Amino acid sequence: MTTSSKTKKTIAPRVPMPNQPAGERARNFKEVALGYTKEMAMQEASRCLHCKKPKCVQGCPVQVPIADFIAELVKGDVEKAYAVIKSTNSLPAVCGRVCPQEIQCEGACILNAKGQPIAIGRLERFVADEYMYMDACDLISAKPECPYIDEEKKVACIGSGPSSLTVAGYLASRGCKVTVFEALHEVGGVLVYGIPEFRLPKKDIVAKEVGALKDLQVDFVTNYVGGKTFSIEDLKEQGYKAIFVGVGAGLPRFLNIPGENFCGVFSANEYLTRVNLGRAYQFPDYDTPIIKGRKVTVYGGGNVAMDAARTAQRLGAETVHIVYRRTADAMPARHEEIEHAVEEGIILEVLANPIEFKGDEKGNLTSVTLQKMKMGEPDESGRCRPLPIEGETYELETDLAVIAVGTRPNPILLENEPDLKLNKWGYIETDEETNETSIPDVYAGGDIVTGAATVILAMGAGRKAAREIARRFGIED
Amino acid sequence: MANKILKKEQLIPGQTSKLVIDAPHIAAKAKPGNFVILRVTEHGERIPLTIADTDTENGTITIVYLVLGKSTALLEELNEGDEILDLCGPLGKATQLHTGGTVICVGGGTGIAAMHHIAKGHHQAGNHVVAIIGARTKDLLLFEKELKEFCPEVLISTDDGSYGHHGLVTDLLKERLEKDDSVIEVVAVGPVPMMAAVSKTTEPFGTPTTVSLNSIMVDGVGMCGACRVTVGGETKFACVDGPEFDGHKVDFGELRQRLAAFSSLEKESFEHHCRCKCNDNK
Ligand SMILES: Cc1cc2nc3c(=O)[nH]c(=O)nc-3n(C[C@H](O)[C@H](O)[C@H](O)COP(=O)(O)OP(=O)(O)OC[C@H]3O[C@@H](n4cnc5c(N)ncnc54)[C@H](O)[C@@H]3O)c2cc1C
Ligand SMILES: Cc1cc2nc3c(=O)[nH]c(=O)nc-3n(C[C@H](O)[C@H](O)[C@H](O)COP(=O)(O)OP(=O)(O)OC[C@H]3O[C@@H](n4cnc5c(N)ncnc54)[C@H](O)[C@@H]3O)c2cc1C
Ligand code: SF4
Ligand code: FES
Repeated sequence: MTTSSKTKKTIAPRVPMPNQPAGERARNFKEVALGYTKEMAMQEASRCLHCKKPKCVQGCPVQVPIADFIAELVKGDVEKAYAVIKSTNSLPAVCGRVCPQEIQCEGACILNAKGQPIAIGRLERFVADEYMYMDACDLISAKPECPYIDEEKKVACIGSGPSSLTVAGYLASRGCKVTVFEALHEVGGVLVYGIPEFRLPKKDIVAKEVGALKDLQVDFVTNYVGGKTFSIEDLKEQGYKAIFVGVGAGLPRFLNIPGENFCGVFSANEYLTRVNLGRAYQFPDYDTPIIKGRKVTVYGGGNVAMDAARTAQRLGAETVHIVYRRTADAMPARHEEIEHAVEEGIILEVLANPIEFKGDEKGNLTSVTLQKMKMGEPDESGRCRPLPIEGETYELETDLAVIAVGTRPNPILLENEPDLKLNKWGYIETDEETNETSIPDVYAGGDIVTGAATVILAMGAGRKAAREIARRFGIED
Repeated sequence: MANKILKKEQLIPGQTSKLVIDAPHIAAKAKPGNFVILRVTEHGERIPLTIADTDTENGTITIVYLVLGKSTALLEELNEGDEILDLCGPLGKATQLHTGGTVICVGGGTGIAAMHHIAKGHHQAGNHVVAIIGARTKDLLLFEKELKEFCPEVLISTDDGSYGHHGLVTDLLKERLEKDDSVIEVVAVGPVPMMAAVSKTTEPFGTPTTVSLNSIMVDGVGMCGACRVTVGGETKFACVDGPEFDGHKVDFGELRQRLAAFSSLEKESFEHHCRCKCNDNK
């Protein structure tokens, strides 16, 4: 990108992010982006104009005081910068890595008009990583000492994704006794079973953020399934005065086309869960197996599709195609991830829609039939509709197909809690102001309310519910 | 302590064992038809096993497993007093219990244990329960004594004729259906070919038939779709919609193919495990 010719004063370009070379990283699971050094961070921070009314903050769903933390960074005071970020964001090392900054803070930054916006996400990541090791009590609460935990102010979170972790951090730092119940054997939700290691390291980042919550005396109970092992009523009987439901969006969608149950056709959730939660990339040292695939095709255009494709590449595929029915610029994935994927050799097979999977007599996938598409006129939503070009289909050889076309609400809790009112799409209905559900003192947020969305929106929802809980406990007004 | 193995009994030495596990939170909620997902080690795979019995008073559940590959071999290495690393449940939909008739429960191999809990449920619901159980040979037959406690009739078949009827469970089932029209339901739990054969046997009689499917699972809580099966032309998830389905509607051919999908990798895993163990012992 070049600086716009209309501006007189030229603004220095963004400090580039050092990455693992594409050829190398496409064969390992180590983190792709290596992070700024302090010098780089300070140089990037110095590009900030310190706007009086910073637009970037408005673009941030949890309203991190971005201009303030950047100002601290310019002075070289990383610790202060960290305290500023932590005052509203409990998982900055995660957000700095996975937030779609280009449509949030960076998208709103005034410098967009004059060139490149400040690399806010990279700065957030730098600051968070520097202070990963600091005492959780000081940092999460932004208070001088550990809070006194009042065993009476009992709060339960169901599910352990970013929405619940935010509720836990917010309330524990204000003296509530929080217990998080998780169905799987690891804590973190999509952060551990969905988003791959090369984008979000599990041990160094997610586990550390969770560890900080444990320091705040948050209890984590794994292998406990809401709706099965326990009900909301059980929790109330056990003295929980507020309950937050953050169970995510769950159940994968399929394409509903012939041949979809051939061996070799996976949902992205299964594929990524085997690899991330089951560490299948270290098979057979870990026991969960994965079919590696020689000619891999991935369906969808979001972050999930990018993650699945890049995972397949790392597992040693010869070719990986991402099949998407619109054009590449209409892909909903983060720009950075699409760029990284292409650099790693992934082929974008756009304007194509799968209509049938074919297999051999043993039921193993061998190929896919694709329908060529073209972009039609914009519909009511303003988005152009992809239309099939009649009669134009073609075959693509594939022995591993990964379907990443979204999810539906997981029924396991909802079916067993009939009092929980759902909206017409089957997600939990909540009060917009408080995030309370139709059951008093039961709140919900994250993907189970909005449908598959983003980490930061889930955190924003958690924060809203936590605030209301704190208010009712008389901790906050 | 959580998930502690209170009792271990080798039903068929080296092949099938029964564990009684301390899990009050699961025992309190478990119903016939439910299963658990467990993991034995940090590097372990999540595997589903049916809850074969529960004791709510003592807060225990019973599981019976066949040593097949690496994960069940690791489970078999645990002894009384050891703890199971992760134990999650009860999962799956509970058996639908109809009342007022004869229910025939057919079990094959390790499936007899799973069938036992379902049969018990039907008995407690007030049905006349007939058990038909089969194995390759006499020594591999499970739960005969336990079933006799509440089943007025326990019919037995062995492939080699070493005990009971010489032949298949479906022979006994067919004979029974021909002479008894009080049968309101047939339940089958066992290997896929057996469940397919039972469903085929009952079809001409129009007897409602329930099978408990053992599709491959990863999370077991409806998140991955690994367990999907085609039932009546629709895709269902065995872990949340099942594991029990209408046997007349299940696409058994597809299920068999999907179960084989990982077999070569599982063999690799098992061999790797054996190799490592041998090295440990050196
Ligand atoms: C592959 C992938 C890549 C993504 N990439 C990005 C990205 O780059 N940037 C971004 O912002 N967002 C991304 N997202 C989306 C983001 O991860 C989600 O929006 C976010 O995690 C939602 O958070 P949540 O708190 O609602 O729940 P989740 O993270 O979905 O966690 C829910 C947790 O609840 C547990 N649970 C479910 N049911 C029960 C129950 N009955 N009892 C107990 N526990 C239960 C689940 O096991 C899970 O651990 C991605 C998602 C995926 C799948
Ligand atoms: C709902 C349900 C209930 C079950 N109940 C019982 C039970 O009560 N007792 C019992 O002995 N077994 C039961 N099974 C089967 C049991 O889960 C498998 O035998 C076990 O996972 C095999 O693991 P392994 O590592 O020892 O063998 P592996 O080497 O992993 O597999 C051996 C063979 O088992 C099949 N298999 C592998 N993984 C699974 C899986 N996750 N689910 C089902 N089949 C698989 C494959 O066809 C494979 O070829 C049940 C399965 C399901 C889905
Ligand atoms: S909008 Fe951009 S330039 Fe202005 S304060 Fe925010 S980051 Fe700095
Ligand atoms: S095992 Fe994952 S959805 Fe059933």
